[in-house]
Amino acid sequence: MNALIGRLLLQRLVAAIATLWFVATAVFIITNLLPGDVAQELLGQSATPDAVAGLRKALGLDVPPFERYLSWLGHLAMGDPGKSLVNGMPVATLIGSRLGNSLLLAGITALVAVPIALLLGITAAVARGSLYDRIVGAGTILVVSVPEFLVASVAVLIFAVHLKWVPALSQLGRINGVWDVIRVFALPVFTLTCVIVAQMARMTRAALIDALSSSYVEMAILKGASRSRIILQHALPNAIGPIANAIAFSLSFLLGGVIIVETIFNYPGIAKLMVDGVATRDLPLVQACAMLFCGAYLILVTAADIAAIVANPRLRHQ
Amino acid sequence: MSAAARLTRWIAPAIVLFWLAMAFIGPLISPYDPAVIQDADLFEAMSRAYWLGTDYFGRDMLSRIIAGTRYTVGIALVATMISVGSGLLLGLAASAIGGVFDMALSRFLDALISIPSKMFGLVVVAAFGSSMPVLILTLGIIYLPGCYRIVRSVAVNVAALDFVTVARARGEGTFYVMLREILPNMIGPVLADFGLRFIYVVLLLSSLSFLGLGVQPPEADWGSLVRENIGGLPYGAPAVIFPALAIASLTISVNLTIDGFFGPQERGH
Repeated sequence: MNALIGRLLLQRLVAAIATLWFVATAVFIITNLLPGDVAQELLGQSATPDAVAGLRKALGLDVPPFERYLSWLGHLAMGDPGKSLVNGMPVATLIGSRLGNSLLLAGITALVAVPIALLLGITAAVARGSLYDRIVGAGTILVVSVPEFLVASVAVLIFAVHLKWVPALSQLGRINGVWDVIRVFALPVFTLTCVIVAQMARMTRAALIDALSSSYVEMAILKGASRSRIILQHALPNAIGPIANAIAFSLSFLLGGVIIVETIFNYPGIAKLMVDGVATRDLPLVQACAMLFCGAYLILVTAADIAAIVANPRLRHQ
Repeated sequence: MSAAARLTRWIAPAIVLFWLAMAFIGPLISPYDPAVIQDADLFEAMSRAYWLGTDYFGRDMLSRIIAGTRYTVGIALVATMISVGSGLLLGLAASAIGGVFDMALSRFLDALISIPSKMFGLVVVAAFGSSMPVLILTLGIIYLPGCYRIVRSVAVNVAALDFVTVARARGEGTFYVMLREILPNMIGPVLADFGLRFIYVVLLLSSLSFLGLGVQPPEADWGSLVRENIGGLPYGAPAVIFPALAIASLTISVNLTIDGFFGPQERGH
């Protein structure tokens, strides 16, 4: 670790924090832009003036916008995003009760998806131009360009309706033993894995092909090095940075996928909580969930950047 | 080119044109009224009377998908025009004007990209509710920064070419250079980008409608049709899978069409 890398890392971290602040401001502005009175809009035309005044006070709408923004930002930074408009519970409690479920789903998916994606990407790059490579390429393009709920529906039709291996809907709560865990998580994890693997395998393949077409690999070929030696000793170590970048970046697609998957399989996670919040227009809950997702997205993207920097041999040996 | 490649080269644009035509003339050739409950079971399988089966109310699925084309294709086209149109304008302006304007705009739009597209959509719908203008404008704005980025990078490269320098030396104004020298030389990349943005917009619109936060009943786009009929999924009802396949056929065909005309594109939103 030298000074140059340290400076680049610091730059990335500062940029990430600045971006997070920008995102928070954007979320605040969007959710406070509504022309007219949010309280009136939320309660409908038939609401009594008392109820509207009460909600205005609860939302803090009687305070000037800039002060409201500062206090919102301050509370958010302290981990207190306020109370739900729908049931009056602290948003932090609501999120806390669901966060574990979502992280579990994402974690299992990552454990399954990363090895599969690396295997597909690396073998496709090694067998570049072959029938296998073209099938993997066409398959990944196919998955990337269809909606996630089609992948989920097809998975249900195949594994639940026709083969009857698993139930069609996830039901957390009635779990007895390992077998039940597998049955509950099978379809959500399968769907998310398809989505992530497609993106990750494409990027991994591109990274390795880039390394394989470099002049040091050409040199190794001319020296008469064996194929496996070229790939394992020469190309792969130099492609680790871009591949780590691909892994972190592709994992950010989990965030979009999980919204659809939790809804279709009725899985009690954060994304389901947020979608329900949007439907009932529970703004404090939506703001908090949005910040959580955007924060996770920024962490993954920054991790991708940092992986690329740290693994870059040109920077390491300066 | 192999026979298979020639075939896919024309099949994909044909499917795209088919859906475009369906958005215009669909109601004329629809076998049933999409809103009328037929004398049929709920979630009926495919049959000669109901080619794609019936939905959760016993309405003809084929007619409902045809009616949904107008929403999915129509909304997505308008939203894509907004995002590519304004991305093009801002990108050209940034490359032609340069300086602080270029830097400030680029920074701002780059920061906007760091909000995942679905998240942006959900926050806007939570704040404003879901109506057609809100939906179109939101989809247009979400994909503006990506389009701006591509237009700007292509335009900066074109602006460095000799004929642009010559035009500037001739004393032509910024607008002339932008519209008559730079723009005509980047039609290809812009059209390819239009296709890609269109795919992203269709996917996001369908996802929002699938979540019940996009097109609102009684109107229904393809995403809403999947949502309405999701209860039929455990029975393997065709009503769930066909609207989803319609979306896939559109997005995949646009994908293949772009690749066929402009060569493979860099993907990833």
